[in-house]
Amino acid sequence: MWEVLKIVVPGLIALLAAMAANWAHDLAYQVHALLIMVIAGVVCLYSIRTAGEPKIDVPSPTGYMDDVVRAGVIATTFWGVVGFLAGVFIALQLAFPGLNFDWGQPFTNFGRLRPLHTSAVIFAFGGNALIMSSFYIVQRTSGARLFGGNLGWFVFWGYQLFIVLAATGYLLGATQSKEYAEPEWYVDIWLTIVWVAFLVAFLGTIIKRKEKHIYVANWFLLSFIITVAMLHIVNNLSIPVSIFGSKSVQVFSGVQDAMTQWWYGHNAVGFFLTAGFLGMMYYFVPKQAERPVYSYKLSIIHFWALIFLYIWAGPHHLHYTALPDWASTLGMVFSIMLWMPSWGGMINGLMTLQGAWDKLRTDPIMRMLVISLAFYGMSTFEGPMMSIRAVNSLSHYTDWTIGHVHSGALGWNGMITFGALYFLTPRLWGRAGMYSNAAINWHFWLATIGIVLYAASMWVTGIMEGLMWREVDAQGFLVNSFADTVSAKFPMYVVRALGGLMYLSGALIMAWNLWMTIRGKAPAEVAAATPAE
Amino acid sequence: MDTYSAFRAFADSWMLLAMTLFFVGVVVWVFRPGASKQYRDTANIVLRDDKPGHRGSSAAPHGIQPDIKKTETA
Repeated sequence: MWEVLKIVVPGLIALLAAMAANWAHDLAYQVHALLIMVIAGVVCLYSIRTAGEPKIDVPSPTGYMDDVVRAGVIATTFWGVVGFLAGVFIALQLAFPGLNFDWGQPFTNFGRLRPLHTSAVIFAFGGNALIMSSFYIVQRTSGARLFGGNLGWFVFWGYQLFIVLAATGYLLGATQSKEYAEPEWYVDIWLTIVWVAFLVAFLGTIIKRKEKHIYVANWFLLSFIITVAMLHIVNNLSIPVSIFGSKSVQVFSGVQDAMTQWWYGHNAVGFFLTAGFLGMMYYFVPKQAERPVYSYKLSIIHFWALIFLYIWAGPHHLHYTALPDWASTLGMVFSIMLWMPSWGGMINGLMTLQGAWDKLRTDPIMRMLVISLAFYGMSTFEGPMMSIRAVNSLSHYTDWTIGHVHSGALGWNGMITFGALYFLTPRLWGRAGMYSNAAINWHFWLATIGIVLYAASMWVTGIMEGLMWREVDAQGFLVNSFADTVSAKFPMYVVRALGGLMYLSGALIMAWNLWMTIRGKAPAEVAAATPAE
Repeated sequence: MDTYSAFRAFADSWMLLAMTLFFVGVVVWVFRPGASKQYRDTANIVLRDDKPGHRGSSAAPHGIQPDIKKTETA
């Protein structure tokens, strides 16, 4: 029965996709239909060719399902480099508008590449990092193999398909114009299916766990999976104009739509980029430090305080708008209260090194994890401050916001993901260690200096343009035109692009280092630093 | 009362109270007597063997992990 279904269902999908491509109303939809037709056709042919063959079950030496995690390591690295490259390019486009090439219009202009960059780094790089870590962590901390057999592979490939559909859609002009939720209706439906499969695989593994208690990292990861499902569905409630076109119309309108969008948007930060990555932190930091987390009690209070507060913080994106004052005040107050659990979590992570601080000097992976916690602390201090209405009146719509996002994303999410990749690669491919520790050090410094250049230039340009926008002369007229602020920002834009280039270079060094480790070259002999007695 | 006002009145009264009590309850529960021992065991999950199978502090084939914190302060 299963064998037959594996042939019939992809075959039918390929047929329907071919019909959809024929009747498509727009280019993005047509390209996507053809893409799905080819993929479904290949799956159908593969199922026919392998039908009836006896299954060869090769048990993995660890007993865990690690091949899907290995694929996740490769995908995370690949999408990271793609996303950083897109970021450097659009940063240069802002500094040098001539890079919006005439021959590439409209596909390669800033407006279409910008969502490609944000989705590539958040959902492709960050999402793959989260999925691979979830699968690795939940198996280890449950003492059980991943639930659902090949379900893990469906999640992995389904998620890659989502990324490709989203990215090509942006370039071809399919967008519903919601920040960080740009993909159109059929891509949203596909992601929902993949995400439910992810939840089933994760929850199923927890249910069949051999440990009595659910380790705290799994609480964070589970809250990330469930909340993202809820946010994704509510924010993407829309009605397609035609089932043969990519365009859809939102169910909410006006300020309700704006509030739903930023309820989604800020909780994408709160649950995707914070709760999920905290799950990684609560596993990889103790593991790399070889000691249990500093305070398990604090980690539980951290969890509940974080999820109870974060969900309310969204309205701080809508100060001085049509949103009622009480709602934006509520968002502001909860954002400020969030400072406490955020720093509680940071302290908990850092203090895990208590009695092992020497590792900071001897272990470059530990250094990666610690700097990510430092940036987490910095951006979770900056964020609540910027959510205060008076500060927001200066910072909103300026580059300060972009600097804040990047100190969190490059510093916290990026660095902890690099740490996780360096941790996982030798273990997953059975190597003694990373190929080159010196390369990890180079990566560390390139990335750190890159972030500092990025954040510092954005502070300068953000506060400068905020002050220029509000400057009035003695008669009460505005002093500066918008174009004045744009030309004043040029030097800082070049510095920002340089910071991004350094960050990208670090990631390329990491990709080379991971590649050499996977190929199994013997680790280069290095004089291991020994702690001073 | 229209739906919005009914939801609004419920949200900022009973629901607010329920969520606050739940949160306070969690904090109290974390500091219940005997919690430290159990949490120390749970925190050590990450340091246990890298193989799947039956485990846990009781009747574990891999034995109880050395308690790093305790040996350190002693």
